[in-house]
Amino acid sequence: MDALHSFEVIRPKTVDEALAARIAHRHSRMIGGGTDLLVNIRRRIETPSVLIDTSDLTDLKTIEHGDTGLSIGASVRLFEVAEHPNIQHFYPAIAQAAGSIAGPTHRNMGTVGGNLCLDTRCIYYNQSEWWREANDHCLKTELGDMCHVAPKSKGVCFATYSGDLAPALMLFGAEIDLLGPDGERTVAMRDFYIGSSRQDGSKGDGINYMAIKPGEFVVRVRASSPGRLISGYDKIRIRRSIEYPVAGCAAALTRDDDTLTDIRIAFTGTNPRPVFLEGTADLAGSTLSDSVLEGIDNLCKDQLMSMKTTFTPGHYRRRVATQMAKRLVGQLFNAAG
Amino acid sequence: MPKKLVSLTLNGKQHDGVAPDNMLLLDYLREGLGLTGTKTGCDGGECGACTILVDGRAQLACLTLVAQVAGKSVETVEGLSSNGQLSDVQAGFHEKLGSQCGACTPGFVMATEALLRANTNPTDDDIRNALGSNICRCTGYIKIFDAVHHAAALRREEDPAPYPTVADQAA
Repeated sequence: MDALHSFEVIRPKTVDEALAARIAHRHSRMIGGGTDLLVNIRRRIETPSVLIDTSDLTDLKTIEHGDTGLSIGASVRLFEVAEHPNIQHFYPAIAQAAGSIAGPTHRNMGTVGGNLCLDTRCIYYNQSEWWREANDHCLKTELGDMCHVAPKSKGVCFATYSGDLAPALMLFGAEIDLLGPDGERTVAMRDFYIGSSRQDGSKGDGINYMAIKPGEFVVRVRASSPGRLISGYDKIRIRRSIEYPVAGCAAALTRDDDTLTDIRIAFTGTNPRPVFLEGTADLAGSTLSDSVLEGIDNLCKDQLMSMKTTFTPGHYRRRVATQMAKRLVGQLFNAAG
Repeated sequence: MPKKLVSLTLNGKQHDGVAPDNMLLLDYLREGLGLTGTKTGCDGGECGACTILVDGRAQLACLTLVAQVAGKSVETVEGLSSNGQLSDVQAGFHEKLGSQCGACTPGFVMATEALLRANTNPTDDDIRNALGSNICRCTGYIKIFDAVHHAAALRREEDPAPYPTVADQAA
């Protein structure tokens, strides 16, 4: 790869210092583990002038678990989430999702904040500079004006969101705490990811995939108490030991005798946003029958919009995601019985 | 790009050097300090050839800036052997032929070192999980499993299992 462009690294000791640095440098990026950002910098996909290293922010390195729920700081490393006994016990989907991210070495480096803000991915985007130049660049970089995945997309980018933590956290109604020049604010995770690519008429897409304002950064993520929900996470990838998902699925349910009383499903690796499947409430109320599975099928067909942004075709990824959801729901239903 | 002072613990010794903010730890080790044991592989975090230990945990030197490890403890493969004696992990890879072309070996050795510090009696699954970020295109991994088991036995100060003979394998 090419030499890195010139930039400055700032290592603030406190959250206040981090915010001051963020305000002082408009084109800064936060860097946690750097396992995604530094690859992009090396490929000259991004050229920030300042990197703000979050590794000394001890205030953001705590995991708190209580009756009301779970709170994970943005600088917590991914292996800590995967190995945390309370998360494994009460929120297995979150622990399993964290444990499935990339490989063990990456999990030692990567942080929760970095995984939540993971850049969307596409085969026309995550390439070296000369590759992208030879291909006339693409929409998601500043130099291009066409989406190669959907040439008639009229300015909409379809790069895929691939973070594993987001769908697992969504099962538990997670909220993200952001800190910025205007102070702290909280956004529900389902409103945080806006990359609907005009599926619902809104503005977000693979380029603008997060409802984050300039100068803001993630300080922590909070999930509500699981109650009686039992949950799990599953992921298909080309190389099982280390790879972004072909598709990832998080599911949670409650079972009373033979009745499915609550069912929640969320996906990653399919759309430019993590997808919390809408309409699953209508499937609850009976046992896990073929009609429930068919219902999941129909909701997936409606809401998953995988495009040819990875090496696997879009229709294959949608079928994989759907199948994985049905399998996971079946496994959880049996485990709860 | 102006250089900055960088202080860190390198292979157990205090190290003070200078490096610009945009310098990768991999380049600093190899080109700045001549510690070429840490290999450049895919250069993008996919192969694990550049695996080093930062504060005792396996990390990738190709995706780490020097500025990020200031004040931390960095260990490379050069820090393992002492007085010309191979460490137990190196001896395991040597004895069980866990290395062929050798390009991936320092990365595997460092990842194994991190594993054995936490668990001196790893199962095959523990090894598979701990070395999941490393790729070897020569050995087919079987001999790497043997090497790690051998190294673990040395770490536990037990006699390592002898090499299975052809007759053993047939039985």
